[in-house]
Amino acid sequence: MSGRVLVGVKRVIDYAVKIRVKPDNTGVVTDGVKHSMNPFCEIAVEEAVKLKEKKLIKEVVAVSCGPQQSQETIRTALAMGADRGIHVDVSGKDYENLGPLQVSKILAALAKQEDAQLILLGKQAIDDDCNQTGQMTAALLDWPQGTFASEVSLEGDKINLVREIDGGLEHIKINTPAVITADLRLNTPRYATLPNIMKAKKKKIVTVKPADLGVDVTSRLEVLKVEEPPQRQAGMKVETVEDLVVKLKEAGRV
Amino acid sequence: MIHGHMARCVLSAFRSICGEDGVSLGEAVREQHGKDESVHRCRPPDVVVFPRCVEEVSALAKVCHKHRLPIIPFGTGTGLEGGVGAMKGGVCFSLRNMEQVLDLHPEDFDVTVEPGVTRKTLNAYLRDTGLWFPVDPGADASLCGMAATSASGTNAVRYGTMRENVINLEVVLADGSVVHTAGKGRRPRYSPGKSGYNLTNLFVGSEGTLGIITKTTLRLYGIPEAMVSAVCSFPSVQAAVDSTVQTLQAGVPIARIEFLDDVMIDACNRFSSLSYPVTPTLFLEFHGSEQSLEEQVKTAEDITQSNGGSDFQWARDTETRNRLWKARHDAWYAALALRPGCKAYSTDVCVPLSRLPQIIVETKEDLIENRLTGPIAGHVGDGNFHCLMVVDPNDPEEMHRVHLFTERLARRALAMDGTCTGEHGVGLGKRALLCEEMGPVGIQVMQSLKDALDPNNLMNPGKILQREEP
Repeated sequence: MSGRVLVGVKRVIDYAVKIRVKPDNTGVVTDGVKHSMNPFCEIAVEEAVKLKEKKLIKEVVAVSCGPQQSQETIRTALAMGADRGIHVDVSGKDYENLGPLQVSKILAALAKQEDAQLILLGKQAIDDDCNQTGQMTAALLDWPQGTFASEVSLEGDKINLVREIDGGLEHIKINTPAVITADLRLNTPRYATLPNIMKAKKKKIVTVKPADLGVDVTSRLEVLKVEEPPQRQAGMKVETVEDLVVKLKEAGRV
Repeated sequence: MIHGHMARCVLSAFRSICGEDGVSLGEAVREQHGKDESVHRCRPPDVVVFPRCVEEVSALAKVCHKHRLPIIPFGTGTGLEGGVGAMKGGVCFSLRNMEQVLDLHPEDFDVTVEPGVTRKTLNAYLRDTGLWFPVDPGADASLCGMAATSASGTNAVRYGTMRENVINLEVVLADGSVVHTAGKGRRPRYSPGKSGYNLTNLFVGSEGTLGIITKTTLRLYGIPEAMVSAVCSFPSVQAAVDSTVQTLQAGVPIARIEFLDDVMIDACNRFSSLSYPVTPTLFLEFHGSEQSLEEQVKTAEDITQSNGGSDFQWARDTETRNRLWKARHDAWYAALALRPGCKAYSTDVCVPLSRLPQIIVETKEDLIENRLTGPIAGHVGDGNFHCLMVVDPNDPEEMHRVHLFTERLARRALAMDGTCTGEHGVGLGKRALLCEEMGPVGIQVMQSLKDALDPNNLMNPGKILQREEP
């Protein structure tokens, strides 16, 4: 066992920013807008670093697919405790059309190249909400998957996992190597401290292109239009239950 | 008050400045902007305006100035002294739409924020930089509001209060003119106001009575590498305070020292099913590098032991630290749980550390004598403590007893060279006490400053200073 964990980190618009749709409806405004690491990716990094601190794994490699700025996101992962980074350089139109299928092909190729024992990802990204990359990566590698993980523990060459599902909590045991996707309650990510940010500057980030990994990033999907959700209409107050029923009938709801 | 023709003319001026959506006469909106989290009743303004930038604030202020309308700035409404009540009606300037974090300079450790930015929002924004703003008054308050009330908090013993950490302010004055208290865009590394009068610290703590704060430049600190929390029980209040003094004297850069009295500990034990010994207790928090923490904790432990402290427990990892501090975190709710159905009101005084044991002992005697429920929690590192008065709001006799108790407490603090307001500000309820604390000459100086900057008494009338009503 290599003891190596690959953690995927995605650069997204910061969760606190008010999103605005571009006037031409082709997407959202990203220029000049604050970006940061996807919150679920932060949780994945934290879990990987915790495993390393418990000496259950040996190395944490942070991976991000995107333009030059994705390196900032990798640096944050390094400041949190990852050992080195791989930046898969995708920019321009290719980046705009980059989705889970291409990313999962990239991660699968990297997992083989790096001889990874575990892939840790966030359950979904807060910009596209796809919730697909982890599952697709596992399928491409034919590895078991533990998605929506709220508890992870390693037991020899197996993993005990608690998953958050609609009905409650599901306990499963899977073999390694495996793909795990992190849910909200898995942990509370640490803040990067100044000394660790300094140390992170010395850690290595290697840049590769998708073609180097034999991956074609052409998208099979085309975004036709992006719109704001409909504006919320004003409500109205009624005096009696009878009025309410009349209004509901008028609106065709009853 | 705004009446008739003037109302129409003023409202249309407001609307042309901040848009149709930026002016509200709705009853619910006005009530929301007429109260904070204190016991003072709601005093709604006549109208609420929502400016989006300092230019709009200035233009609105000019309209108010021309028509002699009171101006009440509003941040998050989390104040504890009734500071936002519109005592004479007027215009509430709700600044929540000005919510940008501007000009972050990580290498200079400073950032500038608008009034809509709250403490937690800023720290979330800063999280990737390794920096934070440590002043923590408890509530998720507007940072400009914290500047206006000179907020303090549990971290003050190490990081100071707003007074030490505001480097520059942008303020709109009563006549609409805009001033930068340390010069526009300037971010001096250490104390503000090196040039000329210290204007920055004139406005810090002015509670909206001298101007509307539209930007504040703050000093930032590095996020601590590691934290350790500890708890220790003591046989007496004196022993706990002695330990605090000695820890500070030993040069331990302790981040938080919180004191809970036996009544509070008992309440916490019952509320959270804990089993702390029911006796005065200190909760400590240390920040630093791994090595410095070891030394800090060892020194503190030795000191507490030499003062009769027992059951010293400490923890490094987040889960155990939270468990150790659970009593302190739940204190407010534990106090409320002592008498379900009642409300809680926090007193707030501060005395020199050397007088703290005496004032706490006398205050506890006062509570027992007057059959009042008031568990005590305090930021002992600054000599500041709060009695969480749990009182039945429907019992006027009890409310009156609490009111008298609070006045006695404030006077007791003043008699011990202390102050009548530890960290909540003067607001509405402590104006008379301020007169006692400052004396007539001090008050006169304050009044002269007020008259110079706001001769028509439009800026948040009725707060801090009492004025003879015609």
